[in-house]
Amino acid sequence: MLQGQKISRQSQVTVGSVPSDHFRADSAERYALSAQERKHSTSALLTVPVTAALALGIHLFAAKNEPPNESRTYTIVLGSFFAGAIVAAVMQRWWPALQTRMRRFRPLFTVGVLLLCVWEIITSGFRMLPLPYFPSPAGVVQSMINDRGLLFDSTWHSLVLLLSGYLLGVAAGLVTGVCIGWSSPARYWGMPLLKVVGPIPATAWIPLAMVISPSALISAAALIALAVWFPVTMLTASGISNTRASYLDVARTLGANARYLVFRIAIPAALPSIFVGLFMGLGASFLTLVVAESVGVKSGLGWYVSWAQGWAEYGKVYAALVIMAAFFSTIMTLLFRLRDRVLVWQKGMIRW
Amino acid sequence: MVASSLQLRDVGKSFPAPDQPLTYRTVLETISISLEAGELVSLVGPSGCGKSTLLRLIAGLDFPDSGELLVDEEPISGPSAERGLVFQDPNLFPWLTVRRNIEAGLAARGVLQQKRSEVKEFMRLVGLEAFADAYPHHLSGGMAQRVALARALINHPKVLLLDEPLGALDAFTRMRMQDEVLRLWQNRRTTMLLVTHDIDEAIYMSDRIIILTQRPGTIEQIIPIALDRPRDRSSSDFLSLRSEILELLHFAGNRSSQVTA
Ligand SMILES: Nc1ncnc2c1ncn2[C@@H]1O[C@H](COP(=O)(O)OP(=O)(O)OP(=O)(O)O)[C@@H](O)[C@H]1O
Ligand SMILES: [Mg+2]
Repeated sequence: MLQGQKISRQSQVTVGSVPSDHFRADSAERYALSAQERKHSTSALLTVPVTAALALGIHLFAAKNEPPNESRTYTIVLGSFFAGAIVAAVMQRWWPALQTRMRRFRPLFTVGVLLLCVWEIITSGFRMLPLPYFPSPAGVVQSMINDRGLLFDSTWHSLVLLLSGYLLGVAAGLVTGVCIGWSSPARYWGMPLLKVVGPIPATAWIPLAMVISPSALISAAALIALAVWFPVTMLTASGISNTRASYLDVARTLGANARYLVFRIAIPAALPSIFVGLFMGLGASFLTLVVAESVGVKSGLGWYVSWAQGWAEYGKVYAALVIMAAFFSTIMTLLFRLRDRVLVWQKGMIRW
Repeated sequence: MVASSLQLRDVGKSFPAPDQPLTYRTVLETISISLEAGELVSLVGPSGCGKSTLLRLIAGLDFPDSGELLVDEEPISGPSAERGLVFQDPNLFPWLTVRRNIEAGLAARGVLQQKRSEVKEFMRLVGLEAFADAYPHHLSGGMAQRVALARALINHPKVLLLDEPLGALDAFTRMRMQDEVLRLWQNRRTTMLLVTHDIDEAIYMSDRIIILTQRPGTIEQIIPIALDRPRDRSSSDFLSLRSEILELLHFAGNRSSQVTA
């Protein structure tokens, strides 16, 4: 009886599975919590609020050495972080999205706050590092607040310069990359030029750029574009010329013309490689931006850093560095998001 | 859609030998075939005898070293949507969904807007409506082959070249797809050249079977199949043809291996 049932069910499966195919779906349960994990998470929930409280305690203790108007802002920052951590820990019971997010970021936040504690202890706590080169986190936060107008202005200028240079470089790099990758004459003449001129760091052109360009801003944008152009061209060209010949053959038997082959076959097939070029170009553009701003351009975060250093205001230097980090990583994240959208077809083909 | 006739006269093709520089290895030798408009012919032969190479020549993707290829008495000068080719590997475009892969032929010819309604029809034909928005990476081998078939069929080519298009399918789906291809062939009277390793498939489907020898590929024999359609795979005529062809293939394999030895 049992055996009969088994056989009949199996035969049903084989017959049924002929017409019905199924997805190899991503397992959504991967992030669901087991009962034991849930229990652990109740105590783990407290780690971030506890470390925040610790940081607040250390700060209040260490701040006794400092004038109160220098440390008040940081007290408020830590205090609101502590309050936020408590609210989040309570809220997450009714908000699953917050819960998964908190699980993911808990170790990072904990370690981050602990590092702030260490920083505060060795600076304002025990004065183990010489002033004015190593201000406490409270000093940096205070500088950021005090100079917020100029910092905002500098960030804005950097953004405009970065984007204009980057977009220009990407556009030029895509065009030259596609030409070099697709057409043999363009490859013959373009490749040697690319190999000779490309590896020169864009910043090495600064002396020349200062001489020939009417405005420091324009030459900085051109230098950033040059820095971006090289990796984008290189990786676009290699992506295009590595297009699988069979995709092109298929398209040609479907009646594709040259335009279709380039824009609908070669470029989509090259996109993974093109994105590598876009990321490399972005890194190069950050570097060139900061160097150009600290030597020629009289605005932007790079300029702000060297200006603040000239006045020995290291609190401002670090404040600008913190903003720069946030600014660059935001742009990087946006590019990652774009890649995830455009290359969604690769999901499951490669380690995502 | 009118079908086209196809003539191959003394076609020869060689490739550079991979191991020795400056020497060539003959893959096809003096192939002469003539397909009437609307004929369905199968090509069988041992692996590596040049079947795929021959289809690439007819598709216009490669050019012969000697001889000539004519479609409707006109020499073949390059690929065209009138000669569809289903490759041995499905070669789906991985960045396009199933629907967009099937649409690719229409998009390439710039007629997608007018003919969009056919996409659904072909998706139903190959039984993949449920996977319209899946990417090729998520398909099984047989599903990918069916998409490749639909992608070639949607252009209504006058000559359809099929390189083991049903090779990765299970027996049931395979027989169903054979009937579907036959139905399309009968409705449209497309000229078809079908490469297959499956003798039953060749007998079931074709008007004639061309048997190629081992490399360098030459024509061993052309066998007309005079059975009435629809054919019965278990009839005695079918089975006796089957054993006859198997014997020929065995013979073809043996003789050329003796020649090369
Ligand atoms: N582009 C090429 N360059 C060099 N040699 C090639 C090339 N294409 C095919 N060949 C050679 O030609 C011969 C025939 O290849 P082909 O793919 O036509 O065989 P086939 O009959 O389709 O075999 P199978 O049944 O295994 O698919 C093989 O020996 C192969 O190595
Ligand atoms: Mg083959």
